[in-house]
Amino acid sequence: MTAVPISYYLVLSAVLFGLGVVAFVFKRNIITLLMGIELMLNAVNLAFVAFARARGQLDGLVFVFFVIVVAAAEAAVGLGIVIALARNRESLNVERVNLLKL
Amino acid sequence: MSLPLLLFFACAAAAVAGAIMLIVAREPIHSALALILVMVSLAVLYLLLGAEFIAAVQVIVYAGAIMVLFVFVIMLLNAGAEERTHWSKIAPWAGLPLAFFLLLCLAHFLGHSAIGRTIANGSGAPNTAVSTRALSEMLFRDYLFPFEATSILILIAILGALVLAKRDE
Amino acid sequence: MEFVAQFIAQHPIMVVSLVKIAVLLFIVMTALAYLTWFERKVVAHIQSRWGPYYVGAHGLLQPLADGLKFLFKEDITLPTSDRFVYILSPFLALTLALAAIALIPFGPPSVAVCGQPVYVIANVDISLLFVFAITSIGVYGVALAGWSSNSKYPLLGGLRSSAQMISYEVSLTLSVIGVVLMAGTLNFNSIIEAQRGYWHIHSIPFFPHWNFIPQIVGFLCYLTAAIAETNRIPFDLPEGETELVAGFHTEYSSFKFAMFFMAEYANMITVSCLATILFFGGWLSPFPDSWTWTFYLPGVGLLALGAYCLYDAIVGMRGLHRIQLGVVTALALGMGALCLLPQVRPLIEGPFWFTAKMGAFLFFYVWTRGTLPRFRYDQLMSFGWKLLLPVSLANLVVTSFVILLRHG
Repeated sequence: MTAVPISYYLVLSAVLFGLGVVAFVFKRNIITLLMGIELMLNAVNLAFVAFARARGQLDGLVFVFFVIVVAAAEAAVGLGIVIALARNRESLNVERVNLLKL
Repeated sequence: MSLPLLLFFACAAAAVAGAIMLIVAREPIHSALALILVMVSLAVLYLLLGAEFIAAVQVIVYAGAIMVLFVFVIMLLNAGAEERTHWSKIAPWAGLPLAFFLLLCLAHFLGHSAIGRTIANGSGAPNTAVSTRALSEMLFRDYLFPFEATSILILIAILGALVLAKRDE
Repeated sequence: MEFVAQFIAQHPIMVVSLVKIAVLLFIVMTALAYLTWFERKVVAHIQSRWGPYYVGAHGLLQPLADGLKFLFKEDITLPTSDRFVYILSPFLALTLALAAIALIPFGPPSVAVCGQPVYVIANVDISLLFVFAITSIGVYGVALAGWSSNSKYPLLGGLRSSAQMISYEVSLTLSVIGVVLMAGTLNFNSIIEAQRGYWHIHSIPFFPHWNFIPQIVGFLCYLTAAIAETNRIPFDLPEGETELVAGFHTEYSSFKFAMFFMAEYANMITVSCLATILFFGGWLSPFPDSWTWTFYLPGVGLLALGAYCLYDAIVGMRGLHRIQLGVVTALALGMGALCLLPQVRPLIEGPFWFTAKMGAFLFFYVWTRGTLPRFRYDQLMSFGWKLLLPVSLANLVVTSFVILLRHG
């Protein structure tokens, strides 16, 4: 066996996605939650690129490009919200953000 | 053990190690560094899959700009160590075996599917990299409208981040 | 020995690459050391003083003395908050600064061994994008160094420095897109090949076809953004001595400080190499190919240098310095004679012109360091975002219009 089958990349993508979900569910710091989301998006990007290579089409790569751009926009706005929250709550613990009013 | 296989396993190990460190680390700055490790190893995997432009974009945008933003926010907010919360006692005992079993099923079905058996590198595969010219032609012809829409999205994100993070003076 | 010989026979490409990497690393580290000597000498002469002249003839052994000093200095360990990141940052900065040099072509790809071009380590299709990728991760070395030092001046210096770097990175990338549009490719060798040829006035060759004449605005933007990106004067407020003690590398001593120092000079070398490749024709000769007498200029130049060193050794120096200059003379004369041989001449022509242009850029860097005062931080940031970025964008728009009109 001298080559890498696509299924290896897909399993790796699934593992990373699962770890991203664990990071999102089990961590308490808001910034680490956002990092879990970024990990999930990266895992999905890997699956897209693997499928683009398997099918020989470039549409997967274009989609990866858009996912990266949207992730950038989302990270910027998410971190803006985190800064506003930290200023108001004096804490970065997501359990403290439990009132409907900021 | 050919070079592509070896490189794949090395980068996959680095990516999984980074992801586990992201979960296990107590300081957010260590989690950020672990995520940067994951992104860079994913960029190498994209190179192995022949997508050079996407690998470069991943490093420039994701690891070089988005994660810098994360690191800046962690430094500015002086995010300290996480507080210890009470985890559920049953979760590791029930969850981990189930997750492992799910992973085995997934690996089995993916490995035996038609598309899963396609070879990425090595003999029998088109071993050429994707040309940037072809990718950009597709981006600017077939996907022109989403491209322009994402540029407006970025503009909205800039305005949103500015408004949210502004101090009330 | 058997195993080594078999390995070399089976994997010739890998062995050639390893040899190239080792040679280039050695040359770059020596160049870094002598760049410090060059900077001290030039800044000193601008300020009407001598600079290092005591350690070795003309101060040529000063980098060796500095290196030894850094090795033997006491390594102050701080009760920092984060040992791992504190030790990681200088390694990261130096590794990334040196990694970008792997993509730079020092000569034509036609000079090849075992099918691999000798003068470039990695000739990828999108080398320009990879160089920008490596410089964009270089921001982490600075930011993490400031953070892990656990003290207010480094933290402020690190944050300001990295904010400045990411701001000017945008203008840096935009200012070279005009060149990419004109050449139609991101590969360095192809960009250089697109700059071959001469402009003629009444069939007299007038000026080489380099990119910095049609892209003069892009070149000036690139130069400014590159000086800001490498944190040099006039953009070095975050690490100026009178402003923030020493910025992000205040708390580092001995070898770790030396690594930051080397990383800064390696970044300088990288952006100078990029400037010569993108705007000044890289390894192409500035003279037209029909003037064949210019082919002997490298050899003649080295012989002239050897003659000057000989004169200086005989007339100006005494004792140990005379012996050292004698060695330099012998080296220069030997290399000059070697370059005049017809077998060697086409091989060294490319690297010679590339190094000459890069040296001119490094001289320009050191010249601005000795001459200009530094920007205040808010002036620096408003300059980067409000002036340089719109000008780069305007350059991009105008270039694309002109190309469209020409080929449309």
